[in-house]
Amino acid sequence: MTTTQVEQSALQTDSEPLLRADAVSKTFISGTFRKHYTHALDTVTFSVPESPPTITAIAGESGSGKTTLARTVLGLVEPTAGEVVYRGANVAEMSRAQRAEFRREVQVIFQDPFESYNPFYKVDHVLRVPIRRYKLASSKSEADDIVVEALRTVGLRPEETLGRHPHQLSGGQRQRVMVARAVMLKPKIIVADEPVSMVDASLRATILETLRAMNRDLGISILYITHDLTTAFQIAENIIVLYKGRVAEAGSVESVINDPTHPYTQLLVSSIPQPDPETQWGREQDSRDEDEIPLTGCNFYDRCPVRADECMSADPPLYRTAENRITRCYNYADSPVHLAADLRSVFAR
Amino acid sequence: MTIATSTSEAPLAVKDLKVYYHTRRGPVKAVDGVSFELRRGERLGLVGESGSGKSTIALALMMAHKEPARIEGGSVLLNGSNLLDDNNERVRLRRLSEIAMVPQGALNSLNPVMRIRDQVIDGLKDHNVRMSDGEFSQRVAELLDSVGLHRDVASRFPHELSGGMKQRVAIAIAISMNPSVIVADEPTSALDVVVQKQVVQTLREVQERIGAAAIMIGHDMGLMAQFASRIGIMYGGKIVEIGPVSNIFNNPRHPYTRLLISSLPDTRSKRRLEGIPGLPPSLLRPPPGCVFHTRCPEAMDICRQDIPQTRELDENRFAACHLYNDDDGKVVVL
Repeated sequence: MTTTQVEQSALQTDSEPLLRADAVSKTFISGTFRKHYTHALDTVTFSVPESPPTITAIAGESGSGKTTLARTVLGLVEPTAGEVVYRGANVAEMSRAQRAEFRREVQVIFQDPFESYNPFYKVDHVLRVPIRRYKLASSKSEADDIVVEALRTVGLRPEETLGRHPHQLSGGQRQRVMVARAVMLKPKIIVADEPVSMVDASLRATILETLRAMNRDLGISILYITHDLTTAFQIAENIIVLYKGRVAEAGSVESVINDPTHPYTQLLVSSIPQPDPETQWGREQDSRDEDEIPLTGCNFYDRCPVRADECMSADPPLYRTAENRITRCYNYADSPVHLAADLRSVFAR
Repeated sequence: MTIATSTSEAPLAVKDLKVYYHTRRGPVKAVDGVSFELRRGERLGLVGESGSGKSTIALALMMAHKEPARIEGGSVLLNGSNLLDDNNERVRLRRLSEIAMVPQGALNSLNPVMRIRDQVIDGLKDHNVRMSDGEFSQRVAELLDSVGLHRDVASRFPHELSGGMKQRVAIAIAISMNPSVIVADEPTSALDVVVQKQVVQTLREVQERIGAAAIMIGHDMGLMAQFASRIGIMYGGKIVEIGPVSNIFNNPRHPYTRLLISSLPDTRSKRRLEGIPGLPPSLLRPPPGCVFHTRCPEAMDICRQDIPQTRELDENRFAACHLYNDDDGKVVVL
């Protein structure tokens, strides 16, 4: 594919997306006397279209910047550079009315369902508060109906859930109440930050299936933030792999996970413990060499098994290695450079 | 029938172990009649959801359970002698030298103000190992080598190490006296997937090298498939099925194991994910009969009345389920 074609395909999707992260960077500064800069996010650009509703996984290890990206998208962290735009408005500069709408339409589910609750209140409380705040109901009975409906949507029986305290529910039930709370507000987007990592295996499947149903039946787009490539594979259409705040590889989830091109993604995929005793762990080893951290060039250099001298000279661009794939590695320098900033143009639909 | 024989050679034989937490509302039967045996050099994975009793077993094996938990019955034969009969001092001496633990979060188990070298030596001195300073240093260097860490790590403090390095230090300490049993309780729960693989592979390597038996406790079936040679499935304070890893994955027999295996996502094909409906049982008032009957798709009348006995269904594989009452598999009295 030539460069012009790449640009054209980017143009085709150029109608204003629902949500757009535009060259978002976030640098955290710590230290009193000697400043220490942590580049948690480095010019990350992607978007969520108005339609069709999508599920996009944002994957990475701790320190990859995935949670910072989630918090930036939610407007909880202000980017150092770049902007997050929702329905054409910069999230950092929204009016009160815009922000209220944004807060309702972009919902979040956090990792630990226990921490999202006040242990002294009954479960009903977390469901009642948003109804009141967003005036979703004009009467008590209407509010009851909304709560019951939302619980049924996520597969919970209201009579077994309401009137209980958080500790009387299982982790999976608590997390599903959180999904119910998010769904009740009829959001456009749910940002799910490791929603199943604290949940037992038997309940994990149920929650993932619930999220899938929210996407399919209610038209909600989901940003699925995770360290777990297996659940990302199951739930998402497309995936963005972050490494130290930068996009290492992105594309359709099948291609990225079944045939990873970036050495980092290859390392991640080969580290997945497959639930199959006949499929033993791959041989790939982490070749981390802490004496080899370059000041310029590829940020994966110190761990890369195929590093070469040129990798130190400059940060590699994203190469478009296939229709639905980009990867930030000089190994693919024969492929055209991906010029369109937004990753949406390489995503499978 | 290997579950009850050859006890004398087995490094660890747990028989009918019961650990209850005593609360005001009555005893919570966290571990309720668990039996298994570990053979030399074997790796057993104990899998279960939260509340299944798996971590309580780990604590009890180390005799590190605390009030309100009490061991109500059974025996833990460690190298042929019952740990439950020993006094505190003898238990202390047997820890590390005969049975050692790799804890869940090494971040909390290492002393933050002590150099790694001193923490390793501390355990040895505590068990009356006498060596010269040079010999101690040599031993620390060997141990760090064996878990893939640079010898320089000896002079560092825990906060100077990454999570994976700390967990390797914990493994080095656990094997410092060549124990016959290693207990690893969710040893990689807070680690990234790449580091998790390295730590589990390290654990496996050192376990094989020193010829110890290992128990890994956890909920991640993927890790178990990679690590264990045998798997025990826990539910409601009991082992409901136990057998060689390939049998458990390829031909699970207990309905709970079947549902658990089919709920696991993989990266081969996208499919509808099925969870297990219902909730784990209350261990304060466990249901009558089989503890899984409330969620079991194959529950029969008998399941609501009689506690199923454990049977050997095929070689080395045992399950406690009424579905197999008519099989000729003989009942194993545990």
